[in-house]
Amino acid sequence: MREFRKYVLPGDVIVENNPHVKPSMNVVKIDDRIHATRVGIAEVSQNTVKVIPLSGIYIPRVGDFVIGKIIDYSSLAWTVDINSCFMGYLLAQEVFGREFTPSRDELTSKFNLGDVVACRIVNFDRTRDPLLTVADKDLGKIGDGELVRISPTRVPRLIGKRGSMIQMIEQLTRCKVIVGQNGVIVVSGDRDARSIVVKAIMLIDEEMHTGNITQRVKELLGGAYQ
Amino acid sequence: MSLMSEEGLRVDGRRWDELRPIKIEVGVLKNADGSAYIEFGKNKIIVAVYGPKEAHPKHIALPDRCVLRCRYHMQPFSVDERKNPAPSRREIEISKITREALEPALILEDYPRTVIDVFIEVLQSDGGSRCAGITAASVALADAGINMRDLVAACAAGKVGGRIVLDINDEEDKTGEADMPVAYLPNLKQISLLQLDGKLTLDEYRSCLDLAIRGCMSVYSLQRDALMRRYFASEVDV
Repeated sequence: MREFRKYVLPGDVIVENNPHVKPSMNVVKIDDRIHATRVGIAEVSQNTVKVIPLSGIYIPRVGDFVIGKIIDYSSLAWTVDINSCFMGYLLAQEVFGREFTPSRDELTSKFNLGDVVACRIVNFDRTRDPLLTVADKDLGKIGDGELVRISPTRVPRLIGKRGSMIQMIEQLTRCKVIVGQNGVIVVSGDRDARSIVVKAIMLIDEEMHTGNITQRVKELLGGAYQ
Repeated sequence: MSLMSEEGLRVDGRRWDELRPIKIEVGVLKNADGSAYIEFGKNKIIVAVYGPKEAHPKHIALPDRCVLRCRYHMQPFSVDERKNPAPSRREIEISKITREALEPALILEDYPRTVIDVFIEVLQSDGGSRCAGITAASVALADAGINMRDLVAACAAGKVGGRIVLDINDEEDKTGEADMPVAYLPNLKQISLLQLDGKLTLDEYRSCLDLAIRGCMSVYSLQRDALMRRYFASEVDV
């Protein structure tokens, strides 16, 4: 199978009559044809077809690193808004450990309403809401910083190839940028630098599909630091 | 008054197989997850899509798929005389058929326990606003990034002055002999809406349906152009 990339809209036929090619992300197989299901860029490789979407909300996947906000808690778990159509649940046991008892341990002693937490999705399928964990390094409450929301489809571009874009932003501004797969970002660092980073992130969010975005981000950041 | 002139032109000067001028714009509302604006002749319609989002109240959620809610609504100023803004019998019906026309195109099983809201606001009305609404709603759903098997293009055909004609306008709808709105999934070649108001012989019915589907294909190419413009700007195919 010849490899190619192409712009597609929902319903567009990407591959026809080719039993060797398997449908992957954001495509649907109907009879012998593989149709795109999103607006995006179709990528056909040796044996798979996928579409990289350009719009849409965040759908959780197991293993994703996300940033969420505590919006509710019961005696057993916190409810976390992870910028999706599903609420994340962070079980108290994950935080307090095995000895957790609802009568003794107060949940608010760890996380309170409004707290922003970095977490990882440990379990999610179509029958249940995503289950979160904070038991790993770099996970847990985020103390300070500026909260920015972008479209989750822009996250791969913001990170760049092997983290090139985000490293460039961090190095040029000496800010720390934490990017959640769900499109929530926390920028911490010097106040002036922070506002420039936010501008750069917004630029990527709005104009990802236009060419030489790396150059334009560099100019935006470089211009402020010369 | 005759609806068809001797030269075969209609009241607004169109030929029998001609659509009214159509303009589609994508992403016109910032607060919505997806949106579209359509001008279909004198129709002016704005569509906003919200979701998929958590279902409220919770009991309306379905365990295996997403609930699609559509609201077709006409603004009080959209017609000659003020329209009562409360949903009328006609608006409730159009909301229902819009939902049923869009549902086959959407992959609702991908979003269990959630809701998608589609709001169709008619700012100015001319005949054929249900078709224009469905057309714009499908573009707005694609803009919202909801998994779809295909876009939905809609167009009406009918019988006016004894002839089968494409894209009935308000005057032809009121005084003509038949009106047949059709919604069509162009890549899957499936019909998701077919209504008929009036009387047609079997042959007339066939040619009317064929003509409506041809109209849908023209509308589809305009939907494509609008989405391509929005997402890929002036870029050519890679």
